[in-house]
Amino acid sequence: MTATSVAQAVYVLAAVLFVLSLAGLSKQETARRGNLLGMVGMVLALAATVVLALGTSARPALTTALLIALVLLVGATVGVWRARRVEMTQMPELIAILHSFVGAAAVLVGFNSFLAAHGAGADDVAHLVEVSLGVLVGAVTFTGSVVAFLKLSGRARSAPLQLPRRNLLNLAALVASLGLVVWFVGAPSVWPLLLLTVVSLALGWHLVASIGGGDMPVVVSMLNSYSGWAAAAAGFMLGNDLLIVTGALVGSSGAILSYIMCRAMNRSFVSVILGGFGAEEGSAPAGGGGDGTQGEHHEVTAEEVAALLRDARSVVITPGYGMAVAKAQYPVAELVELLRDGGADVRFGVHPVAGRLPGHMNVLLAEARVPYDIVLEMDEINDDLAQTDVVLVIGANDTVNPAALDDPGSPIAGMPVLHVWEAGRVVVFKRSMAAGYAGVQNPLFFRENTAMLFGDAKQRVEDIVGALRVQVG
Amino acid sequence: MLDEVRSPHVRIGVPREVRDGERLVAATPRTVERLRTLGYEVAVEHDAGARATFADTAYEAAGAVVADATTVWGADVVTAVNAPTDAQVALLRPGATLVAMLGPANDPDLLQRLAARGVTALALDAVPRISRAQALDVLSTLSNVAGYRAVVEAAGEYGGMFAGQVTAAGKTPPARVFVIGGGVAGLAAVGAAASLGAQVRAFDVRSEAAEQIESMGGTAVREPAAQQGMSADGYAKPLTPEQEAAALATYAREAADADVVITTALVRGRAPRTLTAAAVAGMSPGSVVVDLAASGGGNCELTVPGERVVTENGVVVVGWTDLAGRLPQHTSQLLGTNVVHLLELLTPARDGGLVLDLDDPVQRGMTVARDGEVLWPPPPVAVSAAPPPGPAPGGPASSGTDPALEAAERERAAAVAASLSRRRRTVGAALAAVLVTLALSFAPPSLVGHVTVFTLAVIVGYYVISNVSHSLHTPLMAQTNAISGIILVGALLQIGSDDWVVTTLAVLAATVASINIFGGFLVAHRMIRMFRKDAPARAQGVAR
Repeated sequence: MTATSVAQAVYVLAAVLFVLSLAGLSKQETARRGNLLGMVGMVLALAATVVLALGTSARPALTTALLIALVLLVGATVGVWRARRVEMTQMPELIAILHSFVGAAAVLVGFNSFLAAHGAGADDVAHLVEVSLGVLVGAVTFTGSVVAFLKLSGRARSAPLQLPRRNLLNLAALVASLGLVVWFVGAPSVWPLLLLTVVSLALGWHLVASIGGGDMPVVVSMLNSYSGWAAAAAGFMLGNDLLIVTGALVGSSGAILSYIMCRAMNRSFVSVILGGFGAEEGSAPAGGGGDGTQGEHHEVTAEEVAALLRDARSVVITPGYGMAVAKAQYPVAELVELLRDGGADVRFGVHPVAGRLPGHMNVLLAEARVPYDIVLEMDEINDDLAQTDVVLVIGANDTVNPAALDDPGSPIAGMPVLHVWEAGRVVVFKRSMAAGYAGVQNPLFFRENTAMLFGDAKQRVEDIVGALRVQVG
Repeated sequence: MLDEVRSPHVRIGVPREVRDGERLVAATPRTVERLRTLGYEVAVEHDAGARATFADTAYEAAGAVVADATTVWGADVVTAVNAPTDAQVALLRPGATLVAMLGPANDPDLLQRLAARGVTALALDAVPRISRAQALDVLSTLSNVAGYRAVVEAAGEYGGMFAGQVTAAGKTPPARVFVIGGGVAGLAAVGAAASLGAQVRAFDVRSEAAEQIESMGGTAVREPAAQQGMSADGYAKPLTPEQEAAALATYAREAADADVVITTALVRGRAPRTLTAAAVAGMSPGSVVVDLAASGGGNCELTVPGERVVTENGVVVVGWTDLAGRLPQHTSQLLGTNVVHLLELLTPARDGGLVLDLDDPVQRGMTVARDGEVLWPPPPVAVSAAPPPGPAPGGPASSGTDPALEAAERERAAAVAASLSRRRRTVGAALAAVLVTLALSFAPPSLVGHVTVFTLAVIVGYYVISNVSHSLHTPLMAQTNAISGIILVGALLQIGSDDWVVTTLAVLAATVASINIFGGFLVAHRMIRMFRKDAPARAQGVAR
């Protein structure tokens, strides 16, 4: 029994714990345990690694121990600080920036792995290929995530960057990287590796910059997947199975999430990655909206909506990104509680791509203490909408657009949407009559049974709650 | 034209209904308030709501003016329940709008007189049966109440309890109720009877009604020989003679087993015969038949409209024609709300300006007279309740070809494309498998071991993640984020290198990776903690 063999055994245990941790997340009831198992696995793996690192240290063990302690201290301080301070509405940004860290770490570990092996004169082809793949994926993840972070936090314009021949540029970057990998394997040195890093960084930046804000749920889950593959590549170059297993788990997790998101928008993964949603020149408003669907919209006041809700037996609320922006989840939860106390059947209908992150709306509603068993998915609620008295559309637009079904010329044609217009009355909370993220006009606003309530969603919901309290009291 | 109508102070008149025994009124104090928010003034005739428990003072408190018949009938818009008498038509102002149940199919003379008077007439009972128009559908409102009341009437006549009971004094079986027709009235009757505890069976010639009957707590009687598909306007089609015979046989058989029969078949004001005298003769003494279609002559052969008769074999046949009117308070409120919805539709600007848009199929369908012309019958409207196989209803037809044919063609093309792409995918996968195997056979054995681990982990990941609940996707991402910080392991092992460049890079990598681990786990924990279930949480709150 050596330190290495013990560490290997602990790694196996940690890998099993990670799998159980993700399995625990399948249901709300077991999610907390899953999280805990993941933490235990991580502590075990790190403890074993620290022991191993001290044992194999080429320099005095004390120096190494101090460095490791310093690293963990800094990481813990920053990590805990960010995790405590972040608002649930900012979750997409936090997740994106965390992805970039994994990417950066993969690049650095790749360089190190090469430098160490190169210094010892132990370059072999398989290792060199692993290093270059790890650096490539890591660098793409890093810049891609940084751009996603900037877009999600509003520090960069969320509209897609439209460089001419952008697909050709991506292809050229890929071919150049491939050439650099061949050069690197043929004549191992730092230069081709550095060049490869630069090209990959540029590729990651351009890939995500070309994708519009509306597609961010796909992009974030895709980057989640990449960060996993980067970790797996690092595992290959270090010959570490724990890294490989974990990286593969995360990689396939992100890939499945991206697939689910794409299916929810009825778009192929490739078309999202190639970017430029809603930017086809041919489908300007005239072609997309259809002239006949436009018309007059009806405006209502918060008091009228309150009266409508007081009489309603069943209410469905379909939230969207606008609810997150206005931070309206708390007044919405209050409204729900009030209506439910009044005996109405209130439920939420959440579209899979509502928000900027898979499951974003669920987290916001959970934060506001809305019970999760009244928060339903699109497929669960769509058939009930026809029997619903009132639907409140809060900050959603493209996900409730009937044009997706009616108008084959619409850029969002074929995307599954919530059939809110089948309900008795629909009240749309909106800032103004501007089009949604996809830039598509929404005929829902001009339907007979639709009423528009303009203004800040949070303020308006609070007005309704106030009016209801007056009417009840 | 529009400017003319939009003059200020447009007044709505609500007359007292003069028909014998009529208790309903077209507006209640609550709907008056809503009419006024649309920008209208409202004048209500003396005692208009008295028989529906709404006093004049209540209307005044809601902001209406109480006036005499002449003033009310002379208003710009008159909303009534029943069609006006000749004297009332004479009181209408030319250019005024009349909203009432005009029965346009049954009374063409009235339409002529209204048109001659220069009145715009909207028939509340001619709302097209499309989803969008449900909010104004008076017939649905009345049918719903009538279905409920029919059960109450039956319960009053029936000599037993609807719910079965087991007591110390012995047990009584539940009443067996058979409902003919699964429309609004039929479904309401099924629901009301079931909630009283009766065993309810129901039959409709439209086979798709079975599901709705069962959703109301009844048992649907299935008789394929007597059932048909859906018609374009939401009503049943006329039956073929064979179907009709099969249906009558079904009714007679079910009625013989029932304690209470409620018949609700009313097609465009006409009542088809469903229960023959022979079928009633087959029922046991003390049974009750309530005929909702009495106003159209009755579904039962023995029905006398407006009367309660007892047959020779002791079956009570109730033929009230005013079932909905027997619950005047709620019926008036619901009917008044239908009228409010109509006026909301006609007052898009909410400024008391009435605008009639004859391009709208709903408004066109209801308009029976305008500018001296009779506009009945309207052009047909396709129903949207039917499951459309291709494009959604209401959209403009793109070409002249048969949409069903087009859809089939498209489906076939899609199937061919799918099979092609399936074949291509199989070939691609096989090719990839061969290439990977070749590449691996040249690779060092340690790499093959790693690849094995990697592949299995991907597969495990796929199955584990596929089970994750949609609502937990955000915590899942934070969690996977945290565990992908495991790359820290690689960085930590490199910190001990004697090359300072390597150590520096390793420290950097380890720092960012550890931020990931701590941040990811904590934030996932924070989110997961927020998810709570409703029932247990509330129960605990009470227990504490």
